Amino acid sequence: MTIGLSHYLILAAIMFSISIAGIVINRKNVIILLMSIELMLLAVNLNFIAFSHYLDDLAGQVFVFFILTVAAAEAAIGLAILVVLFRNKRSINIDDISELRG
Amino acid sequence: MIEAIVFYFFAVLSVTTATVVVTVRNPILAALFLVLTFFASAAIWMTLEAEFLAITLVLVYVGAVMVLFLFVVMMLDINIARMREGFSRVLPLGIVVAVIMLALMWSVVTSDIFSLEVMVKPAPRAADYSNTKALGGVLYTDYVFAFEVAAVILLVAIIAAISLTMRKRPQTRYQNPSDQMKVQKADRLRIVKMPSSGEES
Amino acid sequence: MNMESVYLAIPLASLFGAIVAGFFGKQIGRVGSHLVAISGVGISTLLSLIVLKDVVIDGAAIYNQSVYTWMISDGIRFEIGFLIDSLTALMMVVVSSVSLMVHIYTIGYMEDDDGYQRFFSYIALFTFSMLMLVMSNNFLQLFFGWEAVGLISYLLIGFWFKRETAIYANLKAFLVNRVGDFGFLLGIAVILGYTGSLDYYEVFDRADAMVTATIQVIPGLDWSVISLACILLFVGAMGKSAQVPLHVWLPDSMEGPTPISALIHAATMVTAGIFMVARMSPLFELSETALSVVLVIGATTAFFMGLIGIVQNDIKRVIAYSTLSQLGYMTVALGASAYSAAIFHLMTHAFFKALLFLAAGSVIIAMHHEQDIRKMGGLKKYMPITYWVFLIGSLSLIGFPGFAGFFSKDAIIEATHNADIPGAGYAYIMVLVGVFITAFYSFRLFFLVFHGEERMDAHTREHLHETRPVVTVPLILLAIPSVIIGWITIESVLFGGYFTSGARDAITILESHGAMAAVAETFHGPARFVAHGFSGLPLYLATAGVFSAWYIYLKNPSIAETAKQKFSFLYRLLDQKYYFDRFNEIFFAGGSRGIGQVLWRLGDALLIDGLLVNGSAKLVGWFSGIVRQVQTGYLNHYAFTMILGLILLLGWAVLG
Repeated sequence: MTIGLSHYLILAAIMFSISIAGIVINRKNVIILLMSIELMLLAVNLNFIAFSHYLDDLAGQVFVFFILTVAAAEAAIGLAILVVLFRNKRSINIDDISELRG
Repeated sequence: MIEAIVFYFFAVLSVTTATVVVTVRNPILAALFLVLTFFASAAIWMTLEAEFLAITLVLVYVGAVMVLFLFVVMMLDINIARMREGFSRVLPLGIVVAVIMLALMWSVVTSDIFSLEVMVKPAPRAADYSNTKALGGVLYTDYVFAFEVAAVILLVAIIAAISLTMRKRPQTRYQNPSDQMKVQKADRLRIVKMPSSGEES
Repeated sequence: MNMESVYLAIPLASLFGAIVAGFFGKQIGRVGSHLVAISGVGISTLLSLIVLKDVVIDGAAIYNQSVYTWMISDGIRFEIGFLIDSLTALMMVVVSSVSLMVHIYTIGYMEDDDGYQRFFSYIALFTFSMLMLVMSNNFLQLFFGWEAVGLISYLLIGFWFKRETAIYANLKAFLVNRVGDFGFLLGIAVILGYTGSLDYYEVFDRADAMVTATIQVIPGLDWSVISLACILLFVGAMGKSAQVPLHVWLPDSMEGPTPISALIHAATMVTAGIFMVARMSPLFELSETALSVVLVIGATTAFFMGLIGIVQNDIKRVIAYSTLSQLGYMTVALGASAYSAAIFHLMTHAFFKALLFLAAGSVIIAMHHEQDIRKMGGLKKYMPITYWVFLIGSLSLIGFPGFAGFFSKDAIIEATHNADIPGAGYAYIMVLVGVFITAFYSFRLFFLVFHGEERMDAHTREHLHETRPVVTVPLILLAIPSVIIGWITIESVLFGGYFTSGARDAITILESHGAMAAVAETFHGPARFVAHGFSGLPLYLATAGVFSAWYIYLKNPSIAETAKQKFSFLYRLLDQKYYFDRFNEIFFAGGSRGIGQVLWRLGDALLIDGLLVNGSAKLVGWFSGIVRQVQTGYLNHYAFTMILGLILLLGWAVLG
């Protein structure tokens, strides 16, 4: 019973789907939304690494490296925005940040 | 055989913890379960011989990003009850969306072109092979410009995060070393001439 | 003398007078204005007489040159040019000399009018336009002159623009003339399309091409191109020369000042159609159908318009209907291929009708602008000169032997008698009975104005006196040709080959159309012609007309009332002018208004305003209203939409 590429891909797909469901069901909680996005990136990274391994090409890992960088930056800025938002609104509920509504 | 056991163990762990992350009520619990998901994923990455990235994932995500998450969650006074409004109402929708998504992707990734016959599992690396060294080899040669750009992005993220969250408090007293250095005698001391009074007159 | 510069100077002298009087009228004053306008037209008259002498006596060659090329497009030359032959020379003299008389007369008639300078500018400009029309050697310039005289006619009918009736009258004249001009323009277009030229002589040379060609205006119906072109041109002439059914504007044009009625609406402009058909005789000769149409329309106009003249009470309107009737006579002559007789009648008519109008104007001045003949009567002893010239004009009009009108009218009647194209029999009866009618209404007018009891009020009667010399002198000057011009010119103009003396015939008549030739055979000098006239049927009819007028309106006025009662239907028919105006009002005006209403309601309000303008605005509003629902402003909705998009794209890539 050997573990093939499709095993990893299916695992990644399941995690991606879970994060999608997380975005849909946690529609009011920005923090969980950010976490779901991190999960999504994790699933994508798993794909990259699996392909990198089975194709024997380091480029996949390089991509993951950069994705991690960008994800870290994104998380930092996202949380910073969240802090500012909470400071101004006393809430991070999405329902309270709908001032652009037409 | 041992390989399969390790894979399935960590796969089930990561899927379970991921499910907990998106469904749990408490954001702190969600963050902690996300840490567990990252650990499990790092273990799976290990089985794919991506040691450097697995370590990085643990160090950067678990050590920095998730701590940041926890820090923010705890710092902010979040009304969890309001956050959960309509949770059970949208849960079926979320499941349906996720199932459709999964079915679509499943149909792709289970096709024959990803099967073992086509994608043969590569032979394990020699014991003295260093994944870190190999990755550094391409990162500082072929991808050096991208690497520099990534560095700049991180710098921008740092500045952005600081400038967003920093605020001036008018009541805060602080020193201005530059003004202290440039101070003159006249700024501090005023000599006032006045007629003497008293015995002489 | 260089004749080319003379030809150029003839219209330009009048134009100069018009421009100076028009633009600098305030600076040079009233006297300056009429001096410059009259001297301009005077120069034109003088030079026209020189040209006539040059052509008639010295037998100068036909001048046919363009003086200015406006543009050349696709090989078609648009030019201004002059064609000077016997026909042109005659018309130039008639136009400019009548115009000169009217100019002089105007000094007296308009002396206390505010628009004095404007008036002189207009009539001088009219002289220029009319001269351009008759001197033209191509259709473009003809059309320019045609429209220019129409424009000035419009301006002058509405000269007293503060009168509501004048405004309606000039609008009516303008609109009715548009109908005619549309036909005229189409006719020119047909000619241009089939001959590829606008030049008269080139068109005449290539006219044979149009005889055999056919055109399908209505699918499945072959029409001869030459007939179509000629009839279209004649539609233009019908508008300008006021032939039935486009005559309705001319009686109303009497709203304009009397000198204008004399100059434009009697002597010159309305004869432009006659002149044009005569000029186009090489084309009309080729189409029997067109000639027949011309003949029947002319005969109808001649008779039925004369009948209306009997029931009119406005002195100018009676003369206006007489003009319509006489124009009908000319048209009959054209239809009978007696073009020279038409032009001859045009010339004599120009003099005696101008005389009649100006004499009527003299009466109107004396009566303090009262025009109703029922309030006149017995003017003979107050205004002897006017009386006598009016009598001369009337005798000339009814064709009393020896007077100018006799020669031309008898020639027309004779020619019609000898014509053998379809409709000639009808036309002959019409013009013959028309003689009686003409005599009747002319002398009804004459007797009611100058004889009988004095029906004006006491105040007017006290001030009645003969008008000033500036009015009476032109009358006398016009009375002279009204008597003698027929006698002295009939031999040369009608039978002496006047129009065929040049290198190229000014008027072409085919051998088969022998009406004029038959008249010529019986002609043995003017004296014999007059003698023959005394024994002819027309004289008896005219005398009967005069006598019945005398009996009914002077001797026994109750007959008129009784007849009016007895034949009230007939009287109403005539009084309402055969209901032409009513018909036009209901059918054309009402129809246009109806179409306008429909187009406004359906096309403008509903389709353009409602559907296109407001509709598109509403559509955008409606659509944006829907799209706005999508832009909720909630972050999770956008996120969910993204996910949906992702699923759709993935589904398309996987399943599609």
